[in-house]
Parts: sequence; structure tokens; C-alpha cells
Amino acid sequence: MQAFTQLTGITAPLDRANVDTDMIIPKQFLKSIKRSGFGPNLFDELRYLDEGQPDQDSSKRPINPNFVLNLPRYKGAKILLARDNFGCGSSREHAPWALLDFGISCIIAPSFADIFYNNCFKNGVLPITLLNEQIDQLFSDTQAKPGFELTVDLKDGVISGSSAGDIAFSIDSFRRHCLLNGLDDIGLTLEQTSNIQRYEQKRRQQAPWLFAD
Amino acid sequence: MASKTLYDKLWDAHLVKQQDDGSCLIYIDRHLLHEVTSPQAFEGLRIAGRKPWRIDTNLATPDHNVPTTFNERAIGVDGIEDPVSKIQVVTLGDNCDEFGITEFKMQDERQGIVHVVGPEQGATLPGMTVVCGDSHTATHGAMGALAHGIGTSEVEHVLATQCLIQKKSQNMLVRVDGDLGEGITSKDVVLAIIGVIGTAGGTGYAIEFGGKVFEDMTMEGRMTVCNMAIEAGARVGMVAVDQTTIDYVEGRPFSPKGEKWDLAVVAWQDLHSDADAEFDHVVVLDGATIAPQVTWGTSPEMVLPVFANVPNPAKEKDDIKASGITRALEYMGLVADQAITDIHLDRVFIGSCTNSRIEDLRAAAAVVEGHQVAKTLKQALVVPGSGLVKAQAEAEGLHTIFTDAGLEWREPGCSMCLAMNADKLGAGEHCASTSNRNFEGRQGFGGRTHLVSPAMAAAAAIAGHFVDVRTFNL
Ligand code: SF4
Repeated sequence: MQAFTQLTGITAPLDRANVDTDMIIPKQFLKSIKRSGFGPNLFDELRYLDEGQPDQDSSKRPINPNFVLNLPRYKGAKILLARDNFGCGSSREHAPWALLDFGISCIIAPSFADIFYNNCFKNGVLPITLLNEQIDQLFSDTQAKPGFELTVDLKDGVISGSSAGDIAFSIDSFRRHCLLNGLDDIGLTLEQTSNIQRYEQKRRQQAPWLFAD
Repeated sequence: MASKTLYDKLWDAHLVKQQDDGSCLIYIDRHLLHEVTSPQAFEGLRIAGRKPWRIDTNLATPDHNVPTTFNERAIGVDGIEDPVSKIQVVTLGDNCDEFGITEFKMQDERQGIVHVVGPEQGATLPGMTVVCGDSHTATHGAMGALAHGIGTSEVEHVLATQCLIQKKSQNMLVRVDGDLGEGITSKDVVLAIIGVIGTAGGTGYAIEFGGKVFEDMTMEGRMTVCNMAIEAGARVGMVAVDQTTIDYVEGRPFSPKGEKWDLAVVAWQDLHSDADAEFDHVVVLDGATIAPQVTWGTSPEMVLPVFANVPNPAKEKDDIKASGITRALEYMGLVADQAITDIHLDRVFIGSCTNSRIEDLRAAAAVVEGHQVAKTLKQALVVPGSGLVKAQAEAEGLHTIFTDAGLEWREPGCSMCLAMNADKLGAGEHCASTSNRNFEGRQGFGGRTHLVSPAMAAAAAIAGHFVDVRTFNL
């Protein structure tokens, strides 16, 4: 997993609550056997005017000119600003995969759905929860200035760039540690390599039938 | 030493390390894979440049997507008509080849539903931890193993580290005392248990099934019961090891041999809960009171004896329950107080990881022998759980009993259990099914599933509606 330490990028405002995982990545794209390549279909039904099919060349499809990520001023956005209950719906890990593949690795919202929130950390995406007033402030910042950028510093727990000054945020220390060091669960478990090997040695003696010769 | 439950013993034997926050690193002895939940896990390994930790613990077979018709299967992978199914099956093959993982490919006689294949091969053994990216992994708990389903990220985690980060569950004992009546099967027992404790009754628990009924039960029967632990909300179901277990395991291809076998059998003697072990929760049923079960609704807990009538929401005092009954009756196209034996069927499905083993097929064949499937039925499918089950059934002549009676005899796979291949229900159709889930749309959009035992499904196929298998044929 990519470490997440500091990120500076254009911030796009998605002004709707209860954005569900079906909206983030519609079900017809789950048939893919990959974890990557979902970017062109992120928010597919909002982003395009036609119905998307897997294996289609999305660059030739009619785009919805009003959808926030299609507006020139938010081109190349790396941070997504959203409303309550972002990521509700199914447990599909395809949702964070699609965001990441598109280039968004930080989402700022007043609240997130549980499973989506967890899935983000498994994939190097940082979901930040702020108060409604702070979110409102950031929304108006993005309106005020084309190309508005924020800087998110996970180490210090600070978002800077807002006209209202720095905004502090907090993340549970275990998850923060994993993100800062680019440790997914696997990376973390691999820190225990010597413990696992010791266990295997002991186990091989106690239960040799579980091991090939 | 403090006394322990079977679950405690299995857990302690696999604990690599306990972290300060209570999360534990648990070692995995056997990892089973299939085509649906593994592709992204393999891709994850590739992206991170990681290798599987211990190749020989992994065993794969395609099951969910494989077609079950002879013609499609005869051609091999190229014969799979659905392009998406084909890609998943091909990808599993490619991944297993690339990483050197043993796979029983679609045309291998050992291919089948992963939860049938594991025990059949001796790949899941007493005392093991067994995981698979599939919630019905609890099946393997019948061997006295600690077995549960995992998600795609965890599939990758197990491939890369041979471990999982887990929190320990609580202990529940479900004890069924006494003897089962004539014609009552393990499926009826587990459906009756779910009827009592509910689909969330086991949430947060590891369930051990104990008591005389399970001691007397065959291994295949125990697998049927553990398979449905997840339908009672528990990720883990298990049965203590006894002579029945050891006799079943002996001589299977992956089972230990020679000196290792002798050592294993000694160690396995301890795989039971200590006499004075404490459970956090105990449920007791009397085996003699269990009748043949039929689910009438859209959740496995909506289950009743075959001679009962479906519930009437007007008689239910709890408003939430009443509206649940109303909604289920409506989806199922049933009328309040209707007799279960008056439910007419469109299709019958005998198969799935719950009931597609040789004993299940024998039970179904014994019922249909010499009869004809009701003319009102559109289809009656028999789908063996593995190529080896199929071969055994054919050696016993069961397939001709089925086809003579008008049932279709298919190639092994998950088939109509979840309708990911071409075998599915049409909207509004009623199906007597030996599978494990009767959720809305599970067997096809708008389809209506009734869960029953193989013998009950077979009798229903002949009668065209549900009948009490105990009086059928008298
Ligand atoms: S038979 Fe059904 S429940 Fe069992 S593994 Fe296949 S799809 Fe899942």
C-alpha cells in the first residue's frame, strides 16, 4: 500500500448526502477481475450521459458537463469534499479502488458509512471527518477560487489552505500509523515475520502432519 | 489447567501473537480458493510484489460459475457460454499456475464445490484452521476444525502471511439430545435449530454442536449442519472429533500417512470440549421433537414442520415481526394460514455445498426410485457436489434412478444455489431446494426458494407439492 503522509491537491466539492457505493462504482463493473482500472467508471452514472458497460472506451462517451468532476476548474482533483454518510451501501472494496484509480486519495466529509470507512484504510485512502461548519467553510472556499487547493498533513493532523486557517483533524492512532507507513494489514502482519516463523517451527514439531516433508 | 471448549483449544493452538489492543494473529493451516473472491487478491500480491507464504496450504477449484450441462463442460473452459464466467474461471487457472497453487481445474474429476472437495480430499483435517473467501467455510468445522469465511482483502492477507488478524468469539453450545425420529435428517436438525435461535442467534459466537444426535450423525450429516452455522449468524460451527471423524479422514489423498497418521490420531483425541468447560450460551433441543422442516419465507429462520400452516401476521403481537411476515408472504406468493403441503412447486434443486454429497444423493434416489416427477414441474435438477461424488453416484446407478424418474443429472458445481451460471429460477417460481439460503432473488430474480432436506425435495418433486416424506410412499 502507498504511504499517505502529506497531500496537496485540487479539492472538488460533491454536494450531496448519502452517496452510496453503487453511485461510486455501479454493479456492472464488479464483474472485473481486477482491482485497478475502475477510475474511468468512478461515479459512472453521474459522470456520463449514457449507460456504461464494462470494456467500453469511456473516452468516447458523452459526458455530463454539469457533474463536478467534469468541470474544468476541478480537473485533476485529488481531494473530494462530500456530505453526510458517504460510501453507504454494499461492502464492495471496488469503491475505494475506483476513487484511488481516478486519483482521489482523500475524502473529507461530516460522516462516513462504516464499511467504506474501513475499506479506505485497507487501500491507502484517507477519509477525514470534520464538523459540519468546517465542511461548509471548505465548500465555500472551493466556490470562491478556481483551482482551489488544500494540503492534508496526516503526521500533524492538519488541513491547510482554507481561508479560515488551519483545520485540525484526528484519526485513530493504529490506523494513522498504518497509513503513514504505507502498512496495509498485510504489511503490518509481515512485521511479525519472525513470530510467524517461530510459530511454524514449534507447530512443525507438535503437528508434523500439517507440513510437507 | 483451566478447562477449555473445543473452540478455545483450536484458537489457542493457532495463536501466533496477541496484540495489546486484543486483536490476535491466528495461523491458517488450510486456505481454499475459488474463482469469484480470489482474482483481486492475486492481483494485490502481484502489485505489491509479494509471494504466497506457504504454497502447499492452498487448494483451489472453480465452482460458482462453472456450467453444469454436459455439453458446455465437455468442451472445457472454451465451452463456457457466459463470457464473464469464463474470464473468472480462466483467471483462477492462470493465477494458480503462476503462483504454483494446486488447482482442480474444471475438467479434473476432483473438481467440485470447494466445501465438498476439501473434506473429500482429506485437505481439511481435524484441528486445522481452515479459511476460504466464502461464508459457508463453516462446513469444515464438522471435522473438528476451526473454519470460517473471509473477504477478498483477507484472502490476500492469508496468501501473503499465512495468518489473519482476528478477535476471539464467544462460545456457544447447541446440544441436541436423544434420538431423531425415522426419516429425519441432519438438514431438518439444522433448520430446526435456526428456527429456534434465529438468523442472528449465533452472531458473535462460535457454535459447537454437541449431544447424542451429533454423536450418532455421519460426517456428511455433520457437514450439512456446520455448513448452515452461518445462517444462524455464527461464522464458525464445529463438532468434536470422535471415531466417526477419524474413520472418515483415514486414507484420503491429503490425509497423513504412516507415522504421521499415528501421531495425528493421538493428538486428535483431545479435540473436544472438556467435560467441565464453560460456554457463554447453551441451547438445548430434544431430537425426538424434530419433524421434517420446510422454509416458507425469505430468511432461513422462517421455517416450520411440513405439516404446519404458514403464519398469519394478524396473529402476531409484535408489529415488526408481523410486518416481516406480511412482506415475506407477499414475496413468496403465499396466503396466511395456508398449509405448507399446499405449496406447489415449479422447480426442484438437489445440490449445493449443504446437500450434494453421496449420502444426500442416495437419500433422494431412494425416494424417487420407481416414481415419475410431477407433470406440473418445469425442472428437477440433481447436481452432485464434486466429480468424485458424481462418479460414485454413477457407480451405484443413482443417476439412472434420477433420469428414469425424470430428474436431470448434471455436472458438479454451485449451480442453482446462487444462480451465477445459467441454472436459475424465473420470477415467481417456487423451488424446493436443498441449498442454504432462501433470500429474495437468491436463486434468480423474483425466485421463491423453500429450503428442505434431499429426501423432502425428492418427495416434493414426485408429488409436485410438499409432502411429509415419512408418510410418502406408504
Ligand atoms: S453451493 Fe451455494 S452456498 Fe455453497 S459455496 Fe456454492 S454458492 Fe456458496
